[in-house]
Amino acid sequence: MNKVQERSQEVLAIRNLHVSVGEAEIIKGLNLTVNPGEVHAIMGPNGSGKSTLVNALAGKPQYVVTKGEVLYEGMNLLAMLPEVRAREGVFLAFQYPLELPGVRTWQFLKSAVDAVRTHRSLKELSVREFDRLLTEKIKIAEIDSELTKRSLNEGFSGGEKKRNEILQMLVLDPKLALLDETDSGLDIDALKIVAQGVNQFRGPSKAIVLVTHYQRILNYITPDYVHVLMEGRIVKTGGRELALELEEKGYDWIREASGVARE
Amino acid sequence: MTQSNAVTTKKVISRTSGIQESDYRWGFVTDVEADVAPKGLNEDIVRLISHKKGEPQWMLEWRLKAYRHWLKLNAEEPKWANIHYPAIDYQDIHYYSAPVSKAGPQSMDAVDPELVEAFNKLGIPLQEQKRLAGVAVDAVFDSVSVATTYQETLEKQGIIFCSMSEAIKKHPELVRKYLGSVVPYSDNFFATLNSAVFSDGSFAYIPPGVRCPIELMTYFRINQADSGQFERTLIIADKGSYVSYLEGCTAPMRKSHQLHAAVVELIALDNAEIKYSTLQNWYPGDKEGKGGVYNFVTKRGKALGKSSKISWTQVETGSAITWKYPSVILQGDNSVGEFYSVALVNHYQQADTGTKMTHIGKNTRSTIVAKGISAGHGNNTYRGLVKIMPSADNARNFTQCDSLLIGDKCGAHTVPYIEVRNPTASMAHEATTSKVNDDQLFYLQQRGIAFDEANYMIINGFCRGIFKELPFEFAMEASQLLRVSLEGTVG
Repeated sequence: MNKVQERSQEVLAIRNLHVSVGEAEIIKGLNLTVNPGEVHAIMGPNGSGKSTLVNALAGKPQYVVTKGEVLYEGMNLLAMLPEVRAREGVFLAFQYPLELPGVRTWQFLKSAVDAVRTHRSLKELSVREFDRLLTEKIKIAEIDSELTKRSLNEGFSGGEKKRNEILQMLVLDPKLALLDETDSGLDIDALKIVAQGVNQFRGPSKAIVLVTHYQRILNYITPDYVHVLMEGRIVKTGGRELALELEEKGYDWIREASGVARE
Repeated sequence: MTQSNAVTTKKVISRTSGIQESDYRWGFVTDVEADVAPKGLNEDIVRLISHKKGEPQWMLEWRLKAYRHWLKLNAEEPKWANIHYPAIDYQDIHYYSAPVSKAGPQSMDAVDPELVEAFNKLGIPLQEQKRLAGVAVDAVFDSVSVATTYQETLEKQGIIFCSMSEAIKKHPELVRKYLGSVVPYSDNFFATLNSAVFSDGSFAYIPPGVRCPIELMTYFRINQADSGQFERTLIIADKGSYVSYLEGCTAPMRKSHQLHAAVVELIALDNAEIKYSTLQNWYPGDKEGKGGVYNFVTKRGKALGKSSKISWTQVETGSAITWKYPSVILQGDNSVGEFYSVALVNHYQQADTGTKMTHIGKNTRSTIVAKGISAGHGNNTYRGLVKIMPSADNARNFTQCDSLLIGDKCGAHTVPYIEVRNPTASMAHEATTSKVNDDQLFYLQQRGIAFDEANYMIINGFCRGIFKELPFEFAMEASQLLRVSLEGTVG
């Protein structure tokens, strides 16, 4: 009984996770625990499985979990449909946000918010209430409000797409945010805006898993933990200073220290 | 008065259609006493129809000319379309069916309550106090127009909106001048058949300089079993006038096929504009392809005057087979023709649809945007012709054809023809074929939107460019129709 209570304190508990895409096993026995209020940065060389991890957590069909368990707030996350995971408060900011021609951003966001609220037994927002919420979040994400009248992500610049992801996160107000290279392809100004959005979101009840290739974004979002992912497993965990060390020394020293074979 | 040797019989149409299919909620049969001509087509039947309608001699003669021409065609239907169906027995069809109580009602109170109820169920209230705001409706039930709303309001502005039968009697000068002027009786097999046996339809005339203040709408309903529906619509927009016209159609679910061969003619004089929107929702047949309407329709507009404009928007979700090419003859200098289309096929539906833009006048412009959605075993063909005549200096055309496939048993085909006989023409053609993308679906699901809803959002988005051409309420209905037609196809 005690143990269950203790576990449900964790937002995310990943035990011995194995994930395959097609024939290839990408995640090979990964363990990770994330508590409320924490920000975890996951770093690692190309192809180490960073994106696979967050996509599998969000339930993308091509990412097949072959072994292990994932508890989200004490519930079996892997048994839920992708849309149910989203409604329960798992949000994935996409590395490459999709364009949806003819689907108006405003309409899409309203449908998404209503789906989440209905799931939580709250009533759907009126147009006026939703507009008020949207206006407030648009200010934080520093998005041109005209964009919400256009087709979702269609013709948006790279920076606009990433800021639109942050806007969606703020509007949907999840408990667990998975940020998949949200910093990639951003200039320094756009990066600061994205970081500011994430910091606004950050709070004692929220958890963030931030996947990144570069430590640059960690100058603006200070992580509680930095994990190094290699060959589908977390091979080293440290604090903020580990990211700086990685920037300076690369990954080879960890590879050697942890006995991961070089491909 | 014309004479005929054929007689009609009265019978009560049975209430049950014998098909249980809840997906098509317009599939009910109305229990009304009908005046039905015997099956088959001959000169006497043509005379009977004309006689029943109390037509003048010139109208009968035109019908007979068409009938005699049709005989020469030897039941040879056009074979070039990408559609397949067993031979139609033209002697096994009722060419005339009319609700009995109808004797040209003078007020809505005189309309058979069963008919009023039937249209109520279809969401088309006919009574004074309930009728649709901002839309004047001509309700056509089987072969005849049973009611036209808002007639007095329109008359005040000199707008004529009535059934074709009434127009033949009350406005013969307009009908004689324009009937067959865009689609001659010899135009094609089905148009010829229609010319011989057309029973009713709508007529509208907008006088010079008048902007029609409300939408005009015809709602077509096939009820009688084994009957063909052959209505004929004629719309004339005089100089500087404007009209927006809507057309809706449904039919009961029946095991046998029903033939619908309509003709629509539009004429726009100088600076006039006609916007014609269709929501075609005839019974599509069941999931195995049994039953459903054969929709063989000829629609054409003539942008006769300078700077005139004709715009067709169609959303085709019904019918077992759709064969239809709403076209524009761009005769006046600077005239504009548009065609916006969504054609959806599901189960075993077939559609061969598109348009013909014939540029004759100088500086004429045409736009074609056709979206095809294929699901189930459906087969969808876009067929279009853009023809630039030698006289059409600086003609311009833009064509875009997009196909969306759902599942792996359906088909999408694009057959564009271009004929250019003037070197100053400018043509642009774009075509795409796509499937609903799994990554797009996952993206929407990751935001909490259910899988089916995500599919629907993507498909609706695909059609949005067309829907926005429709009047608002019609666009909402089109969107609903799309959802209903696609139910159970995704996943």
